[in-house]
Amino acid sequence: MASREPTSDDARVRKAPVISGSRTALDRSRLGLSVALYVTVFLFLTRASLSVAQAQPPGVDTASLSPTDSIAPPDAYPRPVPSVTAADAPNDNGGSVDVTWEKSPDDADGGKVRRYKIMRAEAVGGRPGEWTEVGDATAGATRLTDGNTQDDRDYFYKVVAVNSLIENGAARWRAVAESMVAGPVRSKAQWFDLRRVNALVGVTLLCSLLGYFITRARSGKALFIRKIAGLEAVDEAVGRATEMGRKIYYIPGISDMDNMQTIAGLTILGRVAEVAATHDTWLEVPVCRSMVMVTAKEVVKEAYSKVGRPDAFHEDQVHYLTDDQFGYAAAIDGMVMREKPATMFYMGEFFAESLILSETGNAAGAIQIAGTAAPAQLPFFIAACDYTLIGEELFAASAYLSKEPKLLGSLKGQDMGKALVLVAILAGIILESLGVVDFSTFFSIGE
Amino acid sequence: MRRAVPLVITTIVGATFVIRYFIPHYPFNRLNDWFSDWFAIVAACAIVLGALNLMRISIQKVVRGKPAWGYSLVTIVAFLLITIVGLAAGREYRGPDTAFSWLYNNTYSPLSSSMFAILAFFVASASYRAFRARNLEATLLLLAAFFVMLGRVPVGYVLSSFMPDGYRLTDLAVWIMNVPNTAGQRAIMIGIALGIVSTSVRVIVGIERTYLGGD
Repeated sequence: MASREPTSDDARVRKAPVISGSRTALDRSRLGLSVALYVTVFLFLTRASLSVAQAQPPGVDTASLSPTDSIAPPDAYPRPVPSVTAADAPNDNGGSVDVTWEKSPDDADGGKVRRYKIMRAEAVGGRPGEWTEVGDATAGATRLTDGNTQDDRDYFYKVVAVNSLIENGAARWRAVAESMVAGPVRSKAQWFDLRRVNALVGVTLLCSLLGYFITRARSGKALFIRKIAGLEAVDEAVGRATEMGRKIYYIPGISDMDNMQTIAGLTILGRVAEVAATHDTWLEVPVCRSMVMVTAKEVVKEAYSKVGRPDAFHEDQVHYLTDDQFGYAAAIDGMVMREKPATMFYMGEFFAESLILSETGNAAGAIQIAGTAAPAQLPFFIAACDYTLIGEELFAASAYLSKEPKLLGSLKGQDMGKALVLVAILAGIILESLGVVDFSTFFSIGE
Repeated sequence: MRRAVPLVITTIVGATFVIRYFIPHYPFNRLNDWFSDWFAIVAACAIVLGALNLMRISIQKVVRGKPAWGYSLVTIVAFLLITIVGLAAGREYRGPDTAFSWLYNNTYSPLSSSMFAILAFFVASASYRAFRARNLEATLLLLAAFFVMLGRVPVGYVLSSFMPDGYRLTDLAVWIMNVPNTAGQRAIMIGIALGIVSTSVRVIVGIERTYLGGD
């Protein structure tokens, strides 16, 4: 629906003169003359405005015209978009409405549409209230999400196709064409994100496999678990420290307790502490997060108690250094070079300090076992350490070291999950290569 | 009770967070923010424990004259100095002309940068050991590293400029990084994802209890 709104030029407001005093004959004749004059002027202005309205195609976007703007040429007006739909944005927590539209027939290369303005009006008495611009889309676009709605209110939308002439950074003229109004529509929150069905299926499948193999392991069936060299070497590494009469250093990474790698690192710490307590070897755990310190202290204390050596545990074994990444690395480097530990464990999340720590440990002659799920740090640990737990092995370590059937069963389930992923990859290669189906779309997850 | 309560809390919170991923509706959509806020609050309180622990151990070392007590003395002095200077500056302690900023810019920053710079030397020494062609795998690693490094410097481009486009050292380096390297990285990432799920399930259902101190 094209329309024209008055410009500042033709919107001149004139004050009517106040008629007062005694109604004499002279006054009456003056009054008659004045009325006749006003009627004449009114008729003239009305005709003039009507003729201007007929000469100019409707749709001048006067609201955005600057004082230098001029009226758009008649052939500059685009045709409006044929249809507009507004619907609640799916799979979200409310507060969003998806507005989609068909492109204007004039929206093409070199066409008359520069952009689209998306207008919104709150419903007042079931009809659109005041219109406000809520978004802007370039020509060619057909969709915009208004992410600023309130769930308890109805809204109307319309799309305005805009053509304009820009000169020296300023619009000389703008010509607009408004669409039909879409709505009312109301945004609302959903209780399930349908884009994540595939993730739900995957997690359910994996959990089922884990549950099945845990149950199977509980029933006493033997499970084959491949050997992990780095974990097989834990006893040897602790034994070496015992023989040499030196310390064991355990570095649980530089992340806090909200990181899964830190949790995995602390579960391994418990097993290492048990072995260290059994061998009566000093285990030192310098940490860079206070919450990790508290947790690690509890883990080590319990491990010592478990093997019947609560008296051998000292509070100072687990101590805080600093939250600063390189301050932490510098402190450990200093301690390592002074004390020359026999064994060093690095289990958790590491960043740039990984090589600084492990090379220092190497220089000190320590046997080093590292484990991290940070792919960027793995090459450094592999280069500098004797054994490295790569990615998933870090998470498997606790189960592997404990030899508990329940935990080993979960490892088997994890391996079966990996086998399923392998099958999916092979199927994807075949199906995508043959062009049968866009297999990768099954694995895309909406964010 | 000492074990049961944390286990129940872990199970409820863990399961809720798994469910949260699939439900965009309130209050599930806010859980992450709420827990992050609470974690930050608890961590901020816990920093006092860390600082006290650091001071206690350092003071003990100095008082008892343990080996390397001098480093502990430096730690105590630095800790007290930066704390007092920071507190004395008030809320504007981070301002450009404060004593705190001066200390930060002239002691902390250079020290931190120096530690990071040491990495360059460690990379060289670690590379030297890693790239020794002791076996087939190490030899393949050496060759891959050689071609990647050569393909990423101007001399590599010059050396292979006579080759047709797509077969130069630059292209070989890009191929090594994009194909075998990416494939290896993705394999590791898939394993890590499965490992995280497996560990999470173990923790949520209470099979894995080591993080609580044991069984």
